[in-house]
Amino acid sequence: MPVDARPGDANTPRTPRVVVDEPTRVDRIFGVVTAGSGLLVLVLLTLVGVFLLLRSRDAFDESGFSFFTRVEWRTDVVPPEIGVLGLLAGTVVVALIAVALAVPLGTCAGLFITDYASGRWRSFLTGLVDLLAAVPSLLYGLWGLRLLSDQIAPLSEWLARNGSWFPPFRAEEGDSFTGSMLIAGMVVSLMVLPIIASVTREVFSQTPPGEKEAALALGSTRWGMIRMVVLPYGRGGIIGGSMLGLGRALGETIAVSLLLPQVPEVTSRILENGGATIAGFIALRAGSDEFTTSGLMAAGLVLFGITLATNMLASVIISRSRSGVGVEL
Amino acid sequence: MTAVSVPAVRQSRVRRRPSEATPADYGTMLGCALSALALTWLVFTRLTEGSGWFGFMVVAYFSFLLLYGLVTADRLGTLVAADRVVTVAVTTGAVVLLTPLVWLVGYVVVKGVAALRPGFFLEDQGGVQATAAATEGGGLHAIVGSLEQVALTLIMTVPLAVATAVFLNETRSWFRRPVRIFVDAMSGLPSIVAGLFIYAVFILPYAQQDIGILDFNGFMAALALTMIMLPTVTRTVEVVLRLVPGGLREASLALGSSRARSVWSVVLPTARTGVTTAVVLGIARAVGETAPLLFTAFGYDLLNTNPFRTQQESLPLFVYRNIQAASEPARARGFTGALVLLTLVLTLFGAARFIGRDRTGRQARRSRRLPLPETGAAPSPPSPAVAPPPRLPTAVAVRPGADRSSAGDREPPGAATTADPTSEEAPGP
Repeated sequence: MPVDARPGDANTPRTPRVVVDEPTRVDRIFGVVTAGSGLLVLVLLTLVGVFLLLRSRDAFDESGFSFFTRVEWRTDVVPPEIGVLGLLAGTVVVALIAVALAVPLGTCAGLFITDYASGRWRSFLTGLVDLLAAVPSLLYGLWGLRLLSDQIAPLSEWLARNGSWFPPFRAEEGDSFTGSMLIAGMVVSLMVLPIIASVTREVFSQTPPGEKEAALALGSTRWGMIRMVVLPYGRGGIIGGSMLGLGRALGETIAVSLLLPQVPEVTSRILENGGATIAGFIALRAGSDEFTTSGLMAAGLVLFGITLATNMLASVIISRSRSGVGVEL
Repeated sequence: MTAVSVPAVRQSRVRRRPSEATPADYGTMLGCALSALALTWLVFTRLTEGSGWFGFMVVAYFSFLLLYGLVTADRLGTLVAADRVVTVAVTTGAVVLLTPLVWLVGYVVVKGVAALRPGFFLEDQGGVQATAAATEGGGLHAIVGSLEQVALTLIMTVPLAVATAVFLNETRSWFRRPVRIFVDAMSGLPSIVAGLFIYAVFILPYAQQDIGILDFNGFMAALALTMIMLPTVTRTVEVVLRLVPGGLREASLALGSSRARSVWSVVLPTARTGVTTAVVLGIARAVGETAPLLFTAFGYDLLNTNPFRTQQESLPLFVYRNIQAASEPARARGFTGALVLLTLVLTLFGAARFIGRDRTGRQARRSRRLPLPETGAAPSPPSPAVAPPPRLPTAVAVRPGADRSSAGDREPPGAATTADPTSEEAPGP
């Protein structure tokens, strides 16, 4: 192999042949095209931030730092008073309700698929999780608005009447119980559920069978096996999946814009009508005047920053955990 | 209790499986369910005023869990009780997954079918009064708009996504890590922000200038949808490419083909079905997106077949606006649109599952059709002395060739796919 085999060149000293990977022209084009499309994704995401910042300059010039501390959003007064705090509070509350409901359910669903269901049920439920993720958020919102709210409202009313010692359950006398953050959170939790279920399923399914069998052989019950082996192994996946779900819940738009009245406020009362989220508010104000639009851009920038941070943290947690190395989000 | 049952089992020599449920277990469960219902009924009708059926169900469920745990702990000990209660809870997780979907689909179908007429696919909303019956006019403009926007999105997304996935999986660039991180981050981009971005870049600065393409139109919607669809399709395609056996790539490169050629002629054809599935799933996702369209396509009541000029309707926008309307006929129209949208999404989802289904059956049939000499001849050139380990699986595949029905079933999936690219590779170099 190292011998230079050209005939008539016997006198030349034997030097080891240097293997060079000389790409052909096609290969070079191939490299440029693929790297370019990879670069495009990077550029696009950066541009999103840059352009939102550019277009929101008016709003930031007008409000300065109070944009982050003001609750109201009023463009009818002069000078206009706009702030993102009320929207942000609603966004976080709705997302937390959604995640608090979806994490136990999603983890249970993931466990059922990996450790309880048998062959056919397993593939059926895996497909079902994908299907749940494919149903448009618009349809969830429509269903929540026209059907579910009226079913949940009596429960909210009962909670408000009997549980008012607990601050979030307080409600004003005579207030409506539809269009509440609780209902919005419940509908959003249905949209987050498939994400959490699929991540936890993926993580649980990678539990080393040897460890599971060892636990069972030592005489543990199925729950004992899950508690001692499966859950510790999948802890990173559960946390990462929840963060990923939180990211989705924060950015959820259409269902929330249908369900909430979109009046910015900072409140802990999740049962009564009220609340707004950044995404839902932006959707509702589409096509407003120039200044409002720049305010919306600023709010969008805040949302963009939060979801980006949450999602990146989620990917880091999942990929750093023992179980999540090969997991596709 | 347990002490009594053990000798009984030993005497009768009945085989007992650890996971078996005895009639007594079912009895316990039923009894607990009944008493939970009774307890909840007591709480909700006698002690406090009612809370609707949903609250009733929730409270009944939790009191059932509690009672069941207590009774089982008394009968069989806390260890068994914890196991049983968790089994019930985990099963509930699966049921909760199923229930809302069935409920939602049922609701949309029931409400939507009432006003569904053939006219819905043939007319737009031109000249339809707000108070006109729900069956007047239709959603043709929305359907056409949706189809055009999604088609444009596809044209932009698929090449980009496949190229990015190839970049992530088939090249050795140091640059892959940041790109992967950004693709992950972009897939969590709120859809409304995508719409806002396109609006900020292309529409807002040119608002007064009346340039057809830089105004609210279907193409802008397609751009926003591309932002949503690109990362999801990229990641799914990347996963599919990772499943292509490395041996195929190496074989292609060893035969002297260039990198581009081996990706084009070996990797992509092998991953074809997976890529198709990813794309179809991406379409299903894009069809139902509403939020980015609010700032880009904007919606319109009449048929506009040109996606590059003026506002355009789409199905999600049509549903979104009508469902919020005060008038009953408009809402009914919205539900009809929702039904069409749901059908579209479910069909696409079904198509994706169908394309990406388990092909072992089909591969078995295909490998049966292969002429026997070809399978036998391929491994024969290398000397038998070196070959044995790699030849072993082939030998297994050839031997039952006489008994052909079992040949394909036992064949590993990789073996059958190998036949595909090599035959296409042959004319290449």
